[in-house]
Amino acid sequence: MTTKALKLKELAKGEDRFAHGHRMCAGCGAPIVVKQVLMATDYPIIAANATGCLEVSSCIQQFTAWKIPWMHSAFENAAATISGIEAMYRSLVKQGKLEDKNVKFIAFGGDGGTYDIGFQALSGAMERGHDMMYICYDNGAYMNTGIQRSSATPFGADTTTCPAGDVIPGKLQNRKDLTRIMAAHGIPYVAQASPANWMDLMKKVQKAFEIKGPKFMNVIAPCNRGWRSRTDDAIALAKLAFETCYWPLYEIENGITKITAKPKEKKPLVDFLKPQGRFKHMFAPGNEYLLEQAQAYVDAQWERLQKEAAFWGEE
Amino acid sequence: MSKKFWETLPQGSVVLEAGSSAKFKTGTWRSMRPKWIEENCIQCMFCWMYCPDMSVKVNAEGKREGFDYDYCKGCGICALECPGKKGNKAIVMEEEGK
Repeated sequence: MTTKALKLKELAKGEDRFAHGHRMCAGCGAPIVVKQVLMATDYPIIAANATGCLEVSSCIQQFTAWKIPWMHSAFENAAATISGIEAMYRSLVKQGKLEDKNVKFIAFGGDGGTYDIGFQALSGAMERGHDMMYICYDNGAYMNTGIQRSSATPFGADTTTCPAGDVIPGKLQNRKDLTRIMAAHGIPYVAQASPANWMDLMKKVQKAFEIKGPKFMNVIAPCNRGWRSRTDDAIALAKLAFETCYWPLYEIENGITKITAKPKEKKPLVDFLKPQGRFKHMFAPGNEYLLEQAQAYVDAQWERLQKEAAFWGEE
Repeated sequence: MSKKFWETLPQGSVVLEAGSSAKFKTGTWRSMRPKWIEENCIQCMFCWMYCPDMSVKVNAEGKREGFDYDYCKGCGICALECPGKKGNKAIVMEEEGK
């Protein structure tokens, strides 16, 4: 199959494979991610979904927003579910019971279902080498159950299980760098993307579908309820996350790191933190050290990523 | 839609109709309404690309048309991302019911 041309005007003529009428909150980032992923390709797709916002609001009894075969079984096992489907498909094709239509397999999970609860299933599926793609839409907390901290929650964020108070200033730990952990599995393709850079995201999806084996993609998905921001700034915040290097866009293909897009000018992290109510306490007098600490972590991560890319000569 | 009971539901909670969520109109959630001003529109399609509710109508020629108010939840992403023409936005948010 030839790779689909990524021209907005051509894409707009096509049909969405994720329907309207789903019950995600107004201004949610996750449906934007899903629609861009499904739009990037014409391959038939089968998806599994971990429990999370996306799952509960896209498939409410009698209704489904998906126009592709889709399955949900539990919170922790989206990767196991899709690897089972993939193995069954391969077996049926081999036995001659099914015609091979070049079906692609995707598992969608939120950061809770990927970083924490679904991690062992994900790690296992990657190690077994199934021909599948796992896409994590990372909104940085368990938003579906009411904003509890996850290991993807950034340093300093105020959530219901790490509330910012007089003694403890929000989450004390830095976020887990899952993209790098997945790269350490030695799988052929790992990427980090953002819906604000749709062209970059769709190119990565297209590239991943041409690679056989397990793939992982981490995509930022702003959540205005949990981030305590406005309903209209999902894309604006995703853009700021990229420009401040909080969420760098890169890919690791066969162990070689490449930064796929660099901001023209690296903005200070406060530009990303300021519009979000979950970081409000960090701007209170006396809490400057929190901002400095958060900035230092982002700088160190960005520095490390640049060095890694430079090592491979893939600036 | 008539209410279904357990005897009439497919086994295993299977939903047999793809994209059936379209029967559920989320437009009633809206408190702010996007208004499209055609003369300021440069047909960049950013609103269509960033709409989380697939509520920006596009015709067969790939040209942008109005909004699908049956599903638009009024989040305002389209209005914020709209580049407009010469500083004039092609999408503005108005209070619903005005």
